[in-house]
Amino acid sequence: MLDTAKETYQTAGEPFLDEPKMRVRNADVFYADKQAIFDVNIDIGKNEVISMIGPSGCGKSTFLRCLNRMNDTIDICRVTGELFLEDQDIYDRSIDVVELRARVGMVFQKPNPFPKSIYENVAYGARIHGLTDTKVELDELIEKSLHRCGLWNEVKDRLEEPATGLSGGQQQRLCIARAIAVNPEVILMDEPCSALDPIATATVEELIHELSENFTICIVTHSMQQAARVSSRTAYFHLGKLIEVNDTSKVFTNPEHQLTEEYITGRIG
Amino acid sequence: MSTSTYNSGSDADQRRANRTKKRNAAEKRFQWYGRLSIAFGIACVLYLFTDIISKGIGAFTQTYINVEIEFDREMLRLGEAPTEKEIKAASFNSFFKKTLRAKFPEAQSRREKSQLYAMFSSDMPLILRNMVIEAPSILGTKQNVSMIADDDFDTFFKHTYGRDLNAEDRISRLSDFQESILGKLVDSGAVEKRFNTIFFTNADSREPELAGIRGAIVGSILTLLVTLILSFPIAVATAIYLEEFAPKNKITDFIEVNINNLAAVPSVIFGLLGLAMFINVFGLPRSIPLVGGLVLTLMTLPTIIISSRSAIKAVPPSIREAALGMGASKVQTVMHHVLPSAMPGMLTGTIIGMAQALGETAPLLMIGMVAFIVDVPGGISDPATVLPVQIFLWSDSPERAFVEKTSAAIMVLLTFLIIMNSLAVWLRKRLERRW
Repeated sequence: MLDTAKETYQTAGEPFLDEPKMRVRNADVFYADKQAIFDVNIDIGKNEVISMIGPSGCGKSTFLRCLNRMNDTIDICRVTGELFLEDQDIYDRSIDVVELRARVGMVFQKPNPFPKSIYENVAYGARIHGLTDTKVELDELIEKSLHRCGLWNEVKDRLEEPATGLSGGQQQRLCIARAIAVNPEVILMDEPCSALDPIATATVEELIHELSENFTICIVTHSMQQAARVSSRTAYFHLGKLIEVNDTSKVFTNPEHQLTEEYITGRIG
Repeated sequence: MSTSTYNSGSDADQRRANRTKKRNAAEKRFQWYGRLSIAFGIACVLYLFTDIISKGIGAFTQTYINVEIEFDREMLRLGEAPTEKEIKAASFNSFFKKTLRAKFPEAQSRREKSQLYAMFSSDMPLILRNMVIEAPSILGTKQNVSMIADDDFDTFFKHTYGRDLNAEDRISRLSDFQESILGKLVDSGAVEKRFNTIFFTNADSREPELAGIRGAIVGSILTLLVTLILSFPIAVATAIYLEEFAPKNKITDFIEVNINNLAAVPSVIFGLLGLAMFINVFGLPRSIPLVGGLVLTLMTLPTIIISSRSAIKAVPPSIREAALGMGASKVQTVMHHVLPSAMPGMLTGTIIGMAQALGETAPLLMIGMVAFIVDVPGGISDPATVLPVQIFLWSDSPERAFVEKTSAAIMVLLTFLIIMNSLAVWLRKRLERRW
């Protein structure tokens, strides 16, 4: 795998867009000596919901975590290639990861609210990034964020109670509220519904749909139905390679690549 | 076992029944091993406690003899309004002896007289002098003075007097003459037992009736304060750095192994290290809480580091990811989320480390905290001793009365340890209950 000659891979479909929000060119990711992502090229459009699907271990989560440099937290992980957020190279030395993550927020697989109050959870991003000056502004921001996640009516009377006391679905929506409170440009979601029951999943999916008016959303999912429901474009990963990117309807009805077809028809997976 | 009979007929049933019986018996037996071990443990602790308490309870009372004393100006050779200097120069010693001789005319021979004096604490003339210094107006008046009984008197009165005991159980170092005086004093209602405040207000003394643990308690507190102030921040900083920031490589592995090894090093070796380093190289004085605290810091650091690290490890990684994903920096993540979550565990480890340090004797012997010190230390650079060393010193003293003082000091030490451990439990419960 450590060939000096760079492996290239041609993705099927339409990975490139006209005015993309994020651009990824020739991205490779290594865990120590093992290569996890091979030459991924893709554009992520403004205010679109793009879903990443593929069998377990195909690198979709790894790829997602490149987009806000969460992989930096893993010592042995190395990312090469060019990743742009609008015109900025996010792996440039001059980029401050903290600022980047304020622009590219993230929601994780397991709901992970801080062991603090509901209020503090949503306020945290605003506090560390200095988004508000007064308590009134902060209160407003929190109400707005919780409203957008449809959580306000459920929690407005118990903002000071521990967030860990909420149900799983509420916790996940709180995590989304926490992410959007910072007003990021892109939200990365790493299997946000895999720990939730079907009803909570439906609520979160609806929320994703509403949020797509204002945010660019990249969602990694195990569920093809979910990808079909929430996203406008779908990217299929297989063994670290980006096999195909196309409009969601096209991927699920008329895939271009053999592997994509095998996956959506259940022969791989 | 042949495979042909396996699973077939009554033979298999029989075997299955046997197996079940055997397994049930084994489980019952195992439970009984556990119960017996616990019972043994409880019995040992109960024996220890009853022994210590029965031996030490006496030290919390002290015998006093109420005697009416006339502060005669002539006897003291003091004028109308004596200055403090004059009072200090006055011979209270001979005044005290004369007063006693007048009160107890039975003492005729030289021997009887000296036995009479010996029934009272040798500090009494000093105490009388201080009374006069405090209130010179008592000169020329008669005052009822509670005189501290000497330790032999005290021990006899508390443990032997008025009881019908066999010769071997009688604890008496009093002569017949002294016992007769004691009898008269008791009959006149002059002898009384009171709560022993001296034990808690005095430092060590050669006279058991005047020896107290205040010096040792203050010494222990000062030493532990130094230990806490130094070891907690250092240990927490080390633990955080090693867990959250340090790269995982050979050097950090080596450090980790060595921290674990240090936790197992016998404490006396830390004492030798302290002696060589702090006293011989840095030239700090012996016997002071500062050096004691430094030595105990070295000793408790590994304990606190290890418990802090496991507390940090126990913080779920999802919390770190959440904070990092929100754009918190590494330090913000640690300060805002990891540290508060790990704090109960860290505090528990620290308090247990402190309790360990409180009970430590060996390393302190090495740096000279075993000295006989009669003053309550006023700071971390005053010579001091600590509770366990005080116990060690008293247990070595020949006076009968020190036996009960030793047990009483053990009770005080155990009380402190129990308080500290309960505090650890309480803190953990309280801080963890929040979420």
